[in-house]
Amino acid sequence: MLSRTAASLYWLGRYVERAEFTARLIEATLRLDSLSPRPAGAGAWASALSVAGGEEGFAATGDALTAPNVARYLTLSRENPSSIRSCLDMARMNAKSVRTALSREAWEAINRAWLGLRDRSTTGGSQSTLSLAEAIKAEARGFEGALHRMLRNESNWFIRLGMAIERGDNTARLTDVKYHLLLPEGEKIGGPIDRDQWTTILHTVSAVTAYRWLYREGLKPWLVAELLIKRSELPRSMAASADETVNLLNLLGKRTGLQGEADRLARRRQSAISAVTTDRIFAQGLHEYLTEFVSENVRLDQAIAKQFRF
Amino acid sequence: MAGRRAFDEVWGSDNDRAGRPEFAELAQWITETPATELDRRQKAAEAAFRQLGITFAVYGEEEAAERIIPFDIVPRIFTGREWAKLSEGLVQRVEAINAFLADVYGERRILADGVLPAELILGNPQFRAMLSGTRPPHGIYAHICGIDLVRTGPDEFWVLEDNARTPSGVSYMLENREAMLRLCPELFEKFPVRPVDGYPDALHETLRSVTPRTSSDPVCVILTPGHYNSAFYEHSFLADQIGIELVEAADLEVDDDIVWMKTIDGRVRVDVIYRRIDDDYIDPLVFKPDSLLGVPGLIAAYMAGNVTLVNAPGTGIADDKAIYSYMPEIVKYYSGGEAKLPNVETYRCREPQALKYVLDNLEQLVVKLVDGSGGYGMLVGPTATKQQIEDFRAALIAEPYRYIAQPTLALSTVPTLTEAGVAPRHVDFRPFVLSGANGVTIIPGGLTRVALKEGSLVVNSSQGGGTKDSLILADGPGGGRL
Amino acid sequence: MRLYVHHLTEYRFSEPQARLVQLLRLTPESFIGQNVVDWRIDVDCNARLRSGRDGYGNETTMLYVDGPIDRISITVNGSVLTENKAGMVQGATETLPPLLYMQSTRLTTADEAIIDFARGIEAEGNDALDRMHLLMGALHERLTFDPGRRDATRTAIETFSESHGVCQDFAHVFVAAARAIGIPARYVSGHFYRDDGAALQEAAHAWAEAHIPDYGWIAFDASHDHCPDDRYIRVAIGLDYRDAAPLSGSRIGGGVEELDVGVRVGLSQSQTQG
Repeated sequence: MLSRTAASLYWLGRYVERAEFTARLIEATLRLDSLSPRPAGAGAWASALSVAGGEEGFAATGDALTAPNVARYLTLSRENPSSIRSCLDMARMNAKSVRTALSREAWEAINRAWLGLRDRSTTGGSQSTLSLAEAIKAEARGFEGALHRMLRNESNWFIRLGMAIERGDNTARLTDVKYHLLLPEGEKIGGPIDRDQWTTILHTVSAVTAYRWLYREGLKPWLVAELLIKRSELPRSMAASADETVNLLNLLGKRTGLQGEADRLARRRQSAISAVTTDRIFAQGLHEYLTEFVSENVRLDQAIAKQFRF
Repeated sequence: MAGRRAFDEVWGSDNDRAGRPEFAELAQWITETPATELDRRQKAAEAAFRQLGITFAVYGEEEAAERIIPFDIVPRIFTGREWAKLSEGLVQRVEAINAFLADVYGERRILADGVLPAELILGNPQFRAMLSGTRPPHGIYAHICGIDLVRTGPDEFWVLEDNARTPSGVSYMLENREAMLRLCPELFEKFPVRPVDGYPDALHETLRSVTPRTSSDPVCVILTPGHYNSAFYEHSFLADQIGIELVEAADLEVDDDIVWMKTIDGRVRVDVIYRRIDDDYIDPLVFKPDSLLGVPGLIAAYMAGNVTLVNAPGTGIADDKAIYSYMPEIVKYYSGGEAKLPNVETYRCREPQALKYVLDNLEQLVVKLVDGSGGYGMLVGPTATKQQIEDFRAALIAEPYRYIAQPTLALSTVPTLTEAGVAPRHVDFRPFVLSGANGVTIIPGGLTRVALKEGSLVVNSSQGGGTKDSLILADGPGGGRL
Repeated sequence: MRLYVHHLTEYRFSEPQARLVQLLRLTPESFIGQNVVDWRIDVDCNARLRSGRDGYGNETTMLYVDGPIDRISITVNGSVLTENKAGMVQGATETLPPLLYMQSTRLTTADEAIIDFARGIEAEGNDALDRMHLLMGALHERLTFDPGRRDATRTAIETFSESHGVCQDFAHVFVAAARAIGIPARYVSGHFYRDDGAALQEAAHAWAEAHIPDYGWIAFDASHDHCPDDRYIRVAIGLDYRDAAPLSGSRIGGGVEELDVGVRVGLSQSQTQG
């Protein structure tokens, strides 16, 4: 397989995953906004921006930090390279250049999602924003379904590798949101708003039910963190993403007969996550731990690019 | 010539709906199949093309602007006898083109012998001085040629243009046939049509035959400018059909004068590159410096004899407009005989006698700038105003060497489905000629382009042209007769 | 004279480059009046060099370097015995007929102004040789030399209308004007020993050659207003700068590059001692 084809497939996976995550993030933020008394609502949008890594970019637009403005920036803005629209543009462009490596169903899911946004210029009210996010999630699910029905070959593995890498990054950023999300004055840690915020985070990764299954006690921040970081039973946890990365690199290694820096980094990360305890994470500082995970993910991405000559 | 009815390939010059003798069966099929049924089939074919993505992109626009080239359901037929004659002429012409290229980039005998003016070659920007003295592996330059032919009567075929750079359109030959087999199977029962589906294998065989390394199984690739290119569909289609990689410039690197392809398993040495990128963009070190489409060092690898480029760089000198008028002399010089396929008569205004004739007959002629393109700087006598004719007269007298003139041809027509039923429309024809180490191969078929507007002679897809399937008959009923 | 050349080209990249591919035309050939005694190209990192010959007869060297690299320097050291032949080029490799050098390129296209200028010279001169000398003198007078500017992609038309340029530009205008009046002309890159004491030059030199009936190729340096003599080393020829440039490069990687060129041409010790 040409290295460029592999790179396109990998980035296709990353962009689809990122588009879906942003849709989930918007959904969760709308929910948080409606639950919280002002000004916590505005805070929710600011934190959504920081999770999506879009604070600086948004500031550069000069727009006021309001719910509709941020929602537009995260979904439709062409200036934002991580907006849902930009992600779908990139996903489709990559898909188009490797059309023959994709099943028709997989291509159509991406093309449909892209077409759905093409003529949209505004997000509309929160109801319409929600339905937009819902539609993107549905197409992403459709794409993943198509992927499962595709031939299990390198094409498939590179797309899923991209998704796994992106997912780990997204979950780490999301978990870190609590660090950015200040409680309104007078609110206590463990108070209703604090609880809402944690619940929203769980919602974003479809983990509310999973939390109840795995933890019989009520909502505890350190348990939420443990779930999102360490519990590989949760498909969107950082541990699950680390496992999947190792497995996919293994499959690729068997196919090409080559192993390298990416395999070593991925395995090291996998064992580090399973070895670390929640206590240690909190003692070291959750924010610091997550920041380090994000940088490690960047190194892994670079190692993958190098190993497969992207 | 103006005013006379053009020759129709099925109905003849008299527009006899019973058809010329060899075409009676086709004429009958046209008469008996209701127009609504033809229309239904045509729409089905176009829908299939759209779904397959056989589109050509209109630059700078988005998905909505990706169009399909209109397809006409009424096929064009060549008898076995006609085809045999055409292919003889094509083989002779393409062999001459390759001999000519080998000569002008080698010993330049044709210039020494004064067959054509030396400045016409040496002063032509299509002559790549940089490559003079480089002989490609197996000595073949134009491996894939598309020769544009027009017809004016039962036995009158003319070469309108040679395409020796990167001719396109072969995917239409193959896809049109697929559609016809599916939608009009009865035609293939009626007529012994020779198949075209051997083209991908023949192309692959041609590519493999010209490898610079005979010691190993050659690695062949197709080099595309990318999916924004208007012919991208054809590039990916051919790569798929042949089963070779479709690469972009960034997938290749040159090291030590050897071309490598970057794959996830490491570097793979490339032997033959069927490139669909123009010379100018192929290597930023040698031609256009800011080209992102090119591969730095590719020309060095070619000059070192380590890779075969299909077609070789520099073949543009063979299909240049200024050279065209000398093709009969060129063919004669290298083949030793008269050209079996004639050129459209061309008056070189640089020659005093020709100039006089042109000036006396401007109203009947088409006058073209030798170095003009895209219809720019062209006079179409029969439709020009008095003022335009006088302007050209002055220009011709001032700089005669910049112009050539040709008679206005009455191109043949072929019955074509129009809004008003089946009616004659003008056509041209581009067969594809492959030249490999083992000789010349022509797949019996080609691309027929049809001007869909009534009376129009412009067959270009950008100006309302469409395509048709071209059926070449095997000897036998309707084929070998006459 | 016995001249030595030390030609250093140094690239520095703001970001490490993945690969570097360069086409070098740095090696002169020996012919009458120019005898290459020794000549060496050195690269200060692991590199692969492949030599070849292009259609013009120039000796070329392909340079391939694997990254990551953030700088590279290419050094040429050589010495050449020269004789004053008053610009006459004899015995050099000629692969193509003079007529080829009537082909106009983007950098050497003449516009109305250059054509008018050339026709004026045609009317003034007695024969081709005379006209080329007149052209050299007229260009030297008309164009101002501005050493600070180095933009090799300027066209003859731009240089002529702006009336100033560097040696490449002078050569391009000369070539365009000569071709405009039917005299084949070509671009030459090489080195020049400045006896005015400016030993360190910031670039290689460039001039032109015109093909004169009965004489053959004769060199003209419009930026100095004389025909190249024993102070010149002729390295490469072509239709224009693009064909004869000392280096044509391509790098794979982002960032910006900084290019430093230093040329030192001097008299060899052996000359002064011997």
